[in-house]
Amino acid sequence: MNQAKNFTKGFVRENPVFILMLGLCPALGTTTSAFNGFGMGMATLFVVLMSNIVVSIFKDFIPNKVRIPSYIVIIASFVTITDLVMEAFMGGLHAELGLFIPLIVVNCFVLGRAEAFASKNTLFSSTIDGIGMGLAFTMALTMLGATRELLGANALFGVELIEGDGMLVFVLAPGAFIALGYLIALMNKLKKD
Amino acid sequence: MAKRESNFKNMVLTLFVVTLVASTSLALVYEVTKEPIRLAALERKNNAIMQVVPEFNNMPNEEEYTVEVNGDELVFYPARMDGELVGVAIETFTRRGYSGTIELMVGLLPDGTIHGIEVLRHSETPGLGDKIETDKSDFYKQFVGRNPGDFTMKVRQDNGEIDGITASTITARAYCEAVQLAYDVFIEKGDIK
Repeated sequence: MNQAKNFTKGFVRENPVFILMLGLCPALGTTTSAFNGFGMGMATLFVVLMSNIVVSIFKDFIPNKVRIPSYIVIIASFVTITDLVMEAFMGGLHAELGLFIPLIVVNCFVLGRAEAFASKNTLFSSTIDGIGMGLAFTMALTMLGATRELLGANALFGVELIEGDGMLVFVLAPGAFIALGYLIALMNKLKKD
Repeated sequence: MAKRESNFKNMVLTLFVVTLVASTSLALVYEVTKEPIRLAALERKNNAIMQVVPEFNNMPNEEEYTVEVNGDELVFYPARMDGELVGVAIETFTRRGYSGTIELMVGLLPDGTIHGIEVLRHSETPGLGDKIETDKSDFYKQFVGRNPGDFTMKVRQDNGEIDGITASTITARAYCEAVQLAYDVFIEKGDIK
């Protein structure tokens, strides 16, 4: 398989959030600001990369009928590790995202990569896929967070651009859906061109 | 290598090994991060105490004691300078925030005047209710330097003297309530030696 293509496929053509529409719960819940989106994306990147690596190494040892529970245990372990390490060394970010970190377990995008890719491909391809897809997810969440922060709080990465409140609805939950709609439209346009 | 067959023995063995490895590695990570997590939490608390009381040279969290009110507990941290009481930091809370519990660290001088307030934990709406945080708006400054015995510490909608937060009256109201609770308990039962 062409590794460059494998790496880049997630950014537009198979973008987990905008095209596949997987993992929307953390994507909508945590993206109140660009930085939060970025943090959540990086945490997911770590989990998807590690679970891809482990699943791809042990894919032949795991009998078919018990593969899903095995993958879930593997993913859950990495999520818990991420949660503990973040709490210990990145207190501020953990306070903002804490509630959503355990939810990475049920992010079907992570299990999706394990099931659809890592269990059928080599270790090297799976690593590339994990990094590429993880970065694409991070990019999507950062874009969504930036859009919401820009429209909702007139700021970007915590830097206030215009004095005063923006359109507050974008910071609230309904705004997440509206902003996601804008970005999906944009991505579909990109994909067609 | 061919995929292992899904017979009973293989499945039981695989799940056993997967869960064993997962739980062992989690126990390991937990042990490693336990101390940093405890220290980080302690540091957050100490910082909050330092923000809300005048300069001190004792260890307030070693002299902490709890006062029970209506089945709940408030934690008192007396701050002393050369043995003389200069203020007390009180960990107080309210459950009537817009999204659940708000926890505050309120610093009172020995006569009950508010010296400082820090938000420890809350889940108010980002962009609206989170203006109670000291670094997000000047809302808290309305309390600093005033004695709750001398003025009506309620939002204007409740005939008080505190300017609420636009679109977050419930949050502002709950905040006043938590500070009031700390003050009331301090006056009633805070006989600090």
